[in-house]
Amino acid sequence: MAYTAEAPAIAAGDDPMVPRIGRVRRRVRELSDVWTLTVEMEDGRPLAFAPGQFNMLTAFGVGEAAISISGDRDRADSGLIHTIRAVGPVSGALTRLGPGDVIGVRGPFGVGWPVDAAKGSDVVIVAGGLGLAPLRPLIYAVLASRKDYGRFALLFGARTPADILFRREIEQWRRRLDVEIQVTVDTSGEDWYGNVGVVTALVPQASFDPQNTIAYVCGPEVMMRFGAAALRDAGVPDTAMYLSMERNMKCGVGLCGHCQLGTAFVCRDGPVFRNDVLRPLMAVKEL
Amino acid sequence: MEGLERIVREHPFFSGMKEEFTNLLSGCAKNVRFEAGQYIFHEGDPADQFYLVRSGRVALQISAPARSLSIQTVGESEIVGASWLVPPYRWGMDAKALELTRAIAMDAACLRGKCEDDHALGYELMKRFMPILIQRLQAARLQILDVYGVHS
Ligand SMILES: Cc1cc2nc3c(=O)[nH]c(=O)nc-3n(C[C@H](O)[C@H](O)[C@H](O)COP(=O)(O)OP(=O)(O)OC[C@H]3O[C@@H](n4cnc5c(N)ncnc54)[C@H](O)[C@@H]3O)c2cc1C
Ligand code: FES
Repeated sequence: MAYTAEAPAIAAGDDPMVPRIGRVRRRVRELSDVWTLTVEMEDGRPLAFAPGQFNMLTAFGVGEAAISISGDRDRADSGLIHTIRAVGPVSGALTRLGPGDVIGVRGPFGVGWPVDAAKGSDVVIVAGGLGLAPLRPLIYAVLASRKDYGRFALLFGARTPADILFRREIEQWRRRLDVEIQVTVDTSGEDWYGNVGVVTALVPQASFDPQNTIAYVCGPEVMMRFGAAALRDAGVPDTAMYLSMERNMKCGVGLCGHCQLGTAFVCRDGPVFRNDVLRPLMAVKEL
Repeated sequence: MEGLERIVREHPFFSGMKEEFTNLLSGCAKNVRFEAGQYIFHEGDPADQFYLVRSGRVALQISAPARSLSIQTVGESEIVGASWLVPPYRWGMDAKALELTRAIAMDAACLRGKCEDDHALGYELMKRFMPILIQRLQAARLQILDVYGVHS
């Protein structure tokens, strides 16, 4: 079902259903409703992960939510990083945790982005909104061994200029001569001189060889569907596109069935799926 | 004139079009430039030209009280303006150059006349406009969906 990707599992001896205890070390406001938390594990053991994997985070007394890891896997020992948008009770409570507060962590779970699959190929990343957060570990990994890849394009869409996630970091990446970074917003006022329009419109303008490209797409589901269609129109086959899916989660380990997508479980077989595998699953609308 | 014919022929919008047609169309073309911040047209004005952008960037905007909302930017190799195609030939938005922009302006009345005289030319032109209009309609639909918002 899933393709092969590096996917560290929970450390031997740990019960995947029992949260490990962490403490928030840092809380940074990214956008009006988005915060990044840096968490240190109470037992001092860093949590190894692969780009695209997620954890189940507990705000004690409120509940648990699936949140992707948005940090650098090569710097896992300097803290576990999650970027969270406050949309409801659990995510709201998580984003209110401040330095010293206790947080529960189960994971890492799921199959992430295949980082090595793109070695020797061009890399195109299409990100929308908060979808940039699960892609950031992949971006770090590609930039860390930049010479192993061909051309690298990051195409990012946000709602307005005020919703551009990781803006300072994007500006830093943009200064490099070996990456193509395009940012667009759905709408803007007069204070924005960049692109306006949907992120899919950036695909035809990016320079990559569609026959030798691996594309990674993450964002709201509709945006990913149109993003994948734009990549397909540009000549990238479904077998070279990876999308990260979101479904309601409970156990995170393939036991409860909450995250079912067709015949797959997003927590165990995903969240990252190759598009040729994903499309038939998405065709079963009622699941 | 030969310069303008070549520029028209080489603009991606006309790519693959018969030289006979691009030569005819060049008769309606002229080179224009807009400084950063300059308006190319305003909503409600007569749509008497359309523009093939050669370099620079243009924002398509809708004015709302006390502010202007950009809904699309158009850059090199793209086109600005479709209202010249259909009555009442008036612009539905503002277009403003965000940076120094060089373009070819095509005179709308001249183009419409040539298309009426030669339907094959008109059809060729429509085949180039329609995909762009459909793409922009699709993009507008996605923007209306507000996919990045939080939905209950
Ligand atoms: C694999 C995976 C990875 C995820 N990674 C992240 C991440 O890195 N950062 C992050 O902030 N969230 C992430 N999510 C989403 C996150 O799990 C949910 O936002 C969270 O569970 C919501 O719980 P809640 O109790 O706060 O809100 P709920 O009460 O469950 O929902 C409140 C309202 O928000 C809406 N809503 C719920 N989820 C979303 C969403 N993702 N986007 C927009 N609206 C939503 C609901 O429809 C509802 O109206 C991920 C989900 C999955 C499955
Ligand atoms: S969350 Fe329980 S099976 Fe996926």
